[in-house]
Amino acid sequence: MMDRGALIGGMIFALLLAMPVLLPILGAGYLTGLLIKAMLLAIAAISLDLIIGHGGMVSLGHAAFIGVGAYATAIGLESGIEEILLLLVITLAVTGGIALITGMLALRTSGVYFLMITLAFGQMIYFTLTSLAAYGGDDGLTLWSLATLFGSDIVQEGEGLYFFVLAALFLSWFSVWRISQSRFGRVLRAARDNPQRAEVMGYPIVRYQLIAYVIAACIAGVSGLLLVQYAEFVSPSIAAWQRSGDLIVAVVLGGLGSRNGAILGAFFIVIMEEFLSSIFHEWRLIYGPLLVILVLYAKGGLNDLIHPKSREAS
Amino acid sequence: MSLTLFLILCLNGLQYGLLLFLIAAGLTLVFGVMGFINLAHGVQYMVGAYLIFAFTALTGNFWIALLLSLITALLIGLILEYVVFRRLYARSHLDQVLATFGIIIFLNELAKVLFGPATLSIDTPELLSGSIQLTEQLRYPVYRLATIGVGLVVAVGLFLTISYTRTGMLIRAGSTTPEMVSALGVNIKQLFQIVFGVGAMLAGFAGVIAAPIFAIEPGMGDNILIIAFVVIIIGGVGSIGGAFVAAILVGLIDTLGRSLMTEFLGLLFNASMANQIGPALASMLIYILMAAILVFRPKGLLPAKGVA
Repeated sequence: MMDRGALIGGMIFALLLAMPVLLPILGAGYLTGLLIKAMLLAIAAISLDLIIGHGGMVSLGHAAFIGVGAYATAIGLESGIEEILLLLVITLAVTGGIALITGMLALRTSGVYFLMITLAFGQMIYFTLTSLAAYGGDDGLTLWSLATLFGSDIVQEGEGLYFFVLAALFLSWFSVWRISQSRFGRVLRAARDNPQRAEVMGYPIVRYQLIAYVIAACIAGVSGLLLVQYAEFVSPSIAAWQRSGDLIVAVVLGGLGSRNGAILGAFFIVIMEEFLSSIFHEWRLIYGPLLVILVLYAKGGLNDLIHPKSREAS
Repeated sequence: MSLTLFLILCLNGLQYGLLLFLIAAGLTLVFGVMGFINLAHGVQYMVGAYLIFAFTALTGNFWIALLLSLITALLIGLILEYVVFRRLYARSHLDQVLATFGIIIFLNELAKVLFGPATLSIDTPELLSGSIQLTEQLRYPVYRLATIGVGLVVAVGLFLTISYTRTGMLIRAGSTTPEMVSALGVNIKQLFQIVFGVGAMLAGFAGVIAAPIFAIEPGMGDNILIIAFVVIIIGGVGSIGGAFVAAILVGLIDTLGRSLMTEFLGLLFNASMANQIGPALASMLIYILMAAILVFRPKGLLPAKGVA
């Protein structure tokens, strides 16, 4: 089982590594941008899987952290900081700090309350971003200068950016996997399956959940940083709650708590959106009911994946 | 700032609060009784607004259109319950979120396809147009006063129904121990259906009365849904009384905050600083209130009895 996960993961990354060479041969070089978009979504989905899949905390405000990361980067760039590693530190500090505060409040509750509260905090962040008049407000902000790596512009576009994003995806994937395999990850799952039991065994479960929440937010923030670098533009719409919904769809489609699921789910969504919208402008009329049907009729109702019985008891 | 402006803002806040209550009431009942988290509840509000637009255009009479809209909103709610939601009650909250998210995507897109992406509006009905003199300097639109009145009537009606009728008793019992209620021979499925239908109709009604005041557009229900969640958290999940108090509180704080925050900050900082952070802070106020409630009263202001 473990080997299979590693094998599939290896195949995914080998394929992604070969893409910049393969695509031009196939005459589909324009797909590089689509792949970067999918990888960015995958980074955020992987981080969300840490808290939903392993932690059992259904957050409906995760996209807000992408927004926070993106705006931290954009504001840093606007104030003249161009070194991407420095921007990374800023992004991690800002998203981590906000996640620490909102997480501490949200984790006073659990289950569906947690869901509603993360949704509300996500919306609060969204509206705060729209009211940043100095940085474009509702309309967003176009960036005239991008981040550099040690003063070189290699990570600004083309293959350099592609491999940089791929490296970030690999690091996120690898670290979330290592975290889930560690003692920390086991405690997290124990708290998901039976909070009382984990508590009685002496684990301060809220502290574990809070740390997981902050880590996930930081990874989502990195996705925001790279999104700025790729799109050269930032707007509050990336933090809208519908984006959080898309992330949940990606995580659940791929299979909760599975090693490669979040990547596959994210790629599926981006490719399907591209495909459906190219043949049918009102593709959401298909996408919406498709989600309902998947939930209602997909094998085991998607439900078996997350041990519903113990979840509902909590 | 004059007293007149303050009074107008209070009335606006009250009106917004009552609108929120109509939406939050259905949401909190559906969640309290069935443990079902319905993200698509906000869409029902949008559906109500589009229904009154379509029926007014069709019949030319607001009152007939109002009646038709309410009936249709109820029917749409019942159909959705029958086709989709009924199968989700026993599922995890994650499944409920996903499926209702799918319904939101579908209905928002459908509204865009049928009515176009542009914002629409309807006139206030003739009987309620115009404004009346409240004090010497204060004139206030009749329609807005009427919505305040109607909101209060619905709130009292709901409260009486929940507290003193047999159905209300069953709803309260069902929210605590559904298995026991079912074992005593009550058709719990039918009860769920009634609660769901009424909740959908109330949200639709909120959409109807909001239509002449706000813009009708696809996705208009999404933001108000989240505010309704904030209301429920502040008031206590499953509690009608809590939803009422919290809705009024949120309506007043949000309305007053948006108008007065910049002015208030102007007293503390210089003008440009106040203009910068005023709007941002104003939009955060209700969430700050929610956070404070979570810290000091995690179960909400007036928690429903028996809801764990």
